[in-house]
Amino acid sequence: MLKIINLKAKVKSLDKPILNGVDLEVKSGEIHCIMGRNGSGKSTLGHVIMGNPDYEIEEGEIYFNGQLINELPTNERAVAGIYLAFQNPIEIPGVTLANFFRYTTKKFYPENIPYPQIRKKIIELLGKFGIPEDTMRRYLNEGFSGGERKRIEAMQVLVYKPKLAILDEIDSGLDIDGLKQVVRYINEYVEQNPESSIIFITHYSRLLQYLNPNKVHVMIGGRIVMSGDMSLAKEIDEKGYSWLEGNVVS
Amino acid sequence: MEDRSILELREMAQEYKYDFKDPYLYKEVFDKGLNEEKVIKISKIKGEPEWMTEFRVNAYRIFISKPMPTWGNTELLNKINFDDIHYYVRPEDDHKTSWDDVPEYIKKTFDRLGIPEAERKFLAGVTAQYESEVVYHSIREDLAKQGVIFTDMDSGLREYPEIVRKYFGTVVPPEDNKFAALNSAVWSGGSFVYVPKGVKVSIPLQAYFRINAKNMGQFERTLIIADEGSEVTYIEGCTAPVYSSQSLHSAVVEIIALPNSKVQYITIQNWSKDVYNLVTKRAVAYENAKVGWIDANIGSLLTMKYPSIYLLGSGARGEIISVAFAKTGQHQDAGSKIILAAPNTSATVTSKSISIGSGRASYRGLVKVYKEAKNAKVNVQCDALLLDPESRTDTYPVIEVHQPNAAITHEATVSKISEQQLYYLMSRGLTAEEAKTLIVHGFIESFIKELPMEYAVEMNRLIALEMEGSVG
Repeated sequence: MLKIINLKAKVKSLDKPILNGVDLEVKSGEIHCIMGRNGSGKSTLGHVIMGNPDYEIEEGEIYFNGQLINELPTNERAVAGIYLAFQNPIEIPGVTLANFFRYTTKKFYPENIPYPQIRKKIIELLGKFGIPEDTMRRYLNEGFSGGERKRIEAMQVLVYKPKLAILDEIDSGLDIDGLKQVVRYINEYVEQNPESSIIFITHYSRLLQYLNPNKVHVMIGGRIVMSGDMSLAKEIDEKGYSWLEGNVVS
Repeated sequence: MEDRSILELREMAQEYKYDFKDPYLYKEVFDKGLNEEKVIKISKIKGEPEWMTEFRVNAYRIFISKPMPTWGNTELLNKINFDDIHYYVRPEDDHKTSWDDVPEYIKKTFDRLGIPEAERKFLAGVTAQYESEVVYHSIREDLAKQGVIFTDMDSGLREYPEIVRKYFGTVVPPEDNKFAALNSAVWSGGSFVYVPKGVKVSIPLQAYFRINAKNMGQFERTLIIADEGSEVTYIEGCTAPVYSSQSLHSAVVEIIALPNSKVQYITIQNWSKDVYNLVTKRAVAYENAKVGWIDANIGSLLTMKYPSIYLLGSGARGEIISVAFAKTGQHQDAGSKIILAAPNTSATVTSKSISIGSGRASYRGLVKVYKEAKNAKVNVQCDALLLDPESRTDTYPVIEVHQPNAAITHEATVSKISEQQLYYLMSRGLTAEEAKTLIVHGFIESFIKELPMEYAVEMNRLIALEMEGSVG
């Protein structure tokens, strides 16, 4: 589904390299966790996969379902089935959540499904994620609490039904009950859509206890330095990242 | 020569029942250019009372004596050739504009806005009349039962001469500016509205207006009087582009809001993009009255329009919400004037402009607080959104305060659509153009939510259309 080969990318405005040769393969139906400290490049990786204009690919390839997407506009990546739940979703003043969904769902639902039907489903999903219906009238992300933002970002996985969902720091800003709820619905999504894959990007290992990832990766200095299974996450939990940093010769 | 226009056709639609005895007289009047004799003849053809003829002549003299404005877009203003304009158009039934002559972009807009077939042809000047539906007649009857007068200005003058004489030209006197003087000299059409004491008109006076586009014209004159404790909302224009072969539109709108009344005046201006739209709109609000101007400028080559509210009675309130869209080749020079001349008066001004391509939007605002206006409060918020590097916006605020305890705030922002906003929306599948359109919708949301539902829907479609192809 997703294959990344020797990906190097920099921040355009600062000319600062962030990704220094990432290799990653995510197969259909897999759940991956990418862990790392702040500044390790894990969020950047998510954004480069989505096509954030702040970054420029210097080397390497990103393939999605066999197609090289390095140059593909962000919206075409989205329509092709990549979704990124933002760590810091952007505020759009004056655009209600209702309006936002009215426009975006057009890209993912067949034309013959009337919008009121989609709207009903969205309200139902919001409810599932603990967001009241009247939030639909609020302006997108404006004045939303950290928890609200995370719930709404995660909930959109169930709206757009992506083939690959990347959830960037979905655990920060959520309390433990919120986190459990969000993870439960994402796990349910994967069960119901066994072709879909999920990448969780996280700083903390607390998220992992609710997941059953196929693979755990650790990023340091813009590279994936180690991959393994749940036991790797447990090791990080016990020893911290410094244990790995010591082992890595860069 | 093809000089028949939608304006003429609108005039035709007015079905004047005048006695055309002297064909030569009319031929002269309908020629281009203006002089005092012609002004008198226009008044005579309309069978107006003498005071109106004198009013027109006096206004004409003021018009010729006043120089062109030396501010605003003087370059464009000075291109107006007053000798090349028809000041009165002939009310007759045949018409020669053909659907084929209507510019393609206008047709396309009709399509996209979903304007009904019959209405499009009327708006484009292909048919002179648009069939009123029964429902509108029943609205008219309902209004009449409540004593509400809603008619075109010419009929208003004929049928209610004493009310018209009492108020006409009192809010915008001909001396006000060159174009108000011109309008006063040659006005035709427009609306006359009188709402009796305590009557609250529950529907906006617009359903009508949409089908009665005949109320619009080159030199239309509108007079709205809200008697004590009454309420009315008036909607002018429609989102459909108004095609005109005449290049000058110079209207005057006067509103008198008597004590405790509420008047809201909504305009959606979408003249074709070669029209000069030079309009004087002013309201006076007496004790505890409330006046709102909701004003959108989308079309025209150059618009100069500064809706004004004179708060003359204690506790009077004013609100001006305006939106301007300036695309390449357009200059929207809009703004507001708030005059506070009584205690406890207050006003808010919200101005939003969007400049696209090399379009230019200007905000020109005046806030004047007289000594009498104790506890006056004014908030002015001007937000400009620039879509392209060559887009332009200017703000010219003037604040004059003679009352030390007045509270005045003026905030202005200029912003661009951020790359991260675009990226975020694109990550949810929207194209760059769709994302920009949505952001622009959001930018003017405070305006849209003031509109009645069907206008809001059309306005949204119109914005999408205006934004089309705006992404380089």
